[in-house]
Amino acid sequence: MLRAENLAVRRGPCTVLSGITLQLQPGQVLGVLGPNGAGKSTLLGALSGELEAAQGEVYLDQQRLAQWSGSERARRLAVLPQSSTLSFGFLVEEVVAMGRLPHASGAARDMEIIGQALAAADAAHLAGRSYLALSGGERQRVHLARVLAQLWPGVEGQTLLLDEPTSMLDPLHQHTTLQATRTFAEGGAAVMVILHDLNLAARYCDQLLLLDRGQACLLGSPAEVLQAGPLRDVFGLEVLIQQHPERGHPLVIAR
Amino acid sequence: MNLVVKPRPLLIALGVLLLCAFSLSLALGPVSLSLADTAKALLNLLGFPVAGAEQAQLIIEQIRMPRSLLGAAVGCVLALCGVAMQGLFRNPLADPGLVGVSSGAALGAAVAIVGGAMLGGIPAAISPYLLSVCAFAGGLLVTAMVYRLGRRDGVTHVGTMLLAGIALTALAGAAIGLFTYLADDATLRTLTFWNLGSLNGASYPRLWPLLVVTLGVGLWLPRRASALNALLLGESEARHLGIEVERVKRELVLCTALGVGAAVAAAGMIGFIGLVVPHLVRLLAGPDHRLLLPASALAGASLLLFADLLARLVLAPAELPIGIVTALIGAPFFLYLLLRGRA
Repeated sequence: MLRAENLAVRRGPCTVLSGITLQLQPGQVLGVLGPNGAGKSTLLGALSGELEAAQGEVYLDQQRLAQWSGSERARRLAVLPQSSTLSFGFLVEEVVAMGRLPHASGAARDMEIIGQALAAADAAHLAGRSYLALSGGERQRVHLARVLAQLWPGVEGQTLLLDEPTSMLDPLHQHTTLQATRTFAEGGAAVMVILHDLNLAARYCDQLLLLDRGQACLLGSPAEVLQAGPLRDVFGLEVLIQQHPERGHPLVIAR
Repeated sequence: MNLVVKPRPLLIALGVLLLCAFSLSLALGPVSLSLADTAKALLNLLGFPVAGAEQAQLIIEQIRMPRSLLGAAVGCVLALCGVAMQGLFRNPLADPGLVGVSSGAALGAAVAIVGGAMLGGIPAAISPYLLSVCAFAGGLLVTAMVYRLGRRDGVTHVGTMLLAGIALTALAGAAIGLFTYLADDATLRTLTFWNLGSLNGASYPRLWPLLVVTLGVGLWLPRRASALNALLLGESEARHLGIEVERVKRELVLCTALGVGAAVAAAGMIGFIGLVVPHLVRLLAGPDHRLLLPASALAGASLLLFADLLARLVLAPAELPIGIVTALIGAPFFLYLLLRGRA
């Protein structure tokens, strides 16, 4: 389980994130919202140990994140970056297999997991193809399968951090990807996902964190966070909030 | 683009290729030996006395065996270091020279050759050793500086290292130019030929250090094959997969400095092998380092032995510098594969 206490991050002289106290809940998906430059990716970087905290501390299972050994941590915490720079022609399943590096579960079990993770990311049909021959959205799904395989099947105590996993996906796959993330979380893993689409966030997240200029503006259920006032203050966007006619979650409509 | 060959057949084929290259390299030369004589001489050398090939044994033991071993080791270690650098820089076009080891070694050699001549000549008995030691030290020194310049706050920035490598290579080039300017005609010729590379004059005392380094690099790098694979995803991705990225980067730079430094010290500048062999193998076998490393080691050794055969035979009894041959046969082949891969 991942927990941040009074976290602050500085880049040069600027404080880009401050006063973040947060605990990711097992089995739940936390969505992080905010305008460009609000500190969403910085938060993810600090939670994953990639960025050094100027203040405060990140704990993974009661132990400071920095104290974990590399592979021990990798078995509990997986991170999907916004974009990847792989420029070598690995096969799709070889890319996903890298997610199994921290484990010593044996080739047979790994193969099984790779297949399941690919299927979960709706990328099973890409197996056997060269990564370089894929489109941007397909690559993004392959990397999702890779981080899913890293934690597969996803149990309590594990954490998955996703940085805009839907940024390059078509509308259908935006939904299938987030649905897969939800399903994965139901196994007990805690998930944090950075999103830009407010309606996707409303539909698939249990909790939402609204970031504004490096500070936590609101943390709560989608119904609590997605309200006209805060959205206007943070995004400068005039919106109407309705209820989804079938599902009941809030629906954000720009005026 | 992936012409995936199964690992085991590929390694067996490359192993057979290396055996052929090595045998031919022992048998052919200004004095051609029959394969039977070569085999007899080899058996004698291995301690199984067989009569009737005394001349062959002398030639092989004194001249061709050290030369073939030198060729195989240089090709092997250059190819391995090429794989390491392409993995470190996450770029299939990276070359071992990027971290400055080649230019540093060239500067060390220039210092030894020209400086030695200016001091009134180094005794012939120690001058080859002095040259090797200076080249090796120069390579290590410049690489250490590049590595140091690339580090900030305990993190090695590969991009900064690349730029530092370019800057120091230019600086070393200027220093070499200065030495070239100061050199007299005979020294200039030595320097030029050294820069083109040669397996000529191989001897056991100069061979052992390289063999030890090659063995070390060849045993160490495959232990980092999975880490190299993960590194290709990106440094932070590799870290999230539990790889100790800083340590792996340090090891890769160290292996390259030692490997290329030792190769250049023993055989001069032989370009192209470190850049192209990994690339060729990747076209055949895909980018997985667990296969790429051993396959590149075998292919690099074979390619260099064949190149040396050509260098010896084309203008026999004269000899072409091997650096010319590696570029002449490798570059067109590389272009061919590149164009075919794109089609």
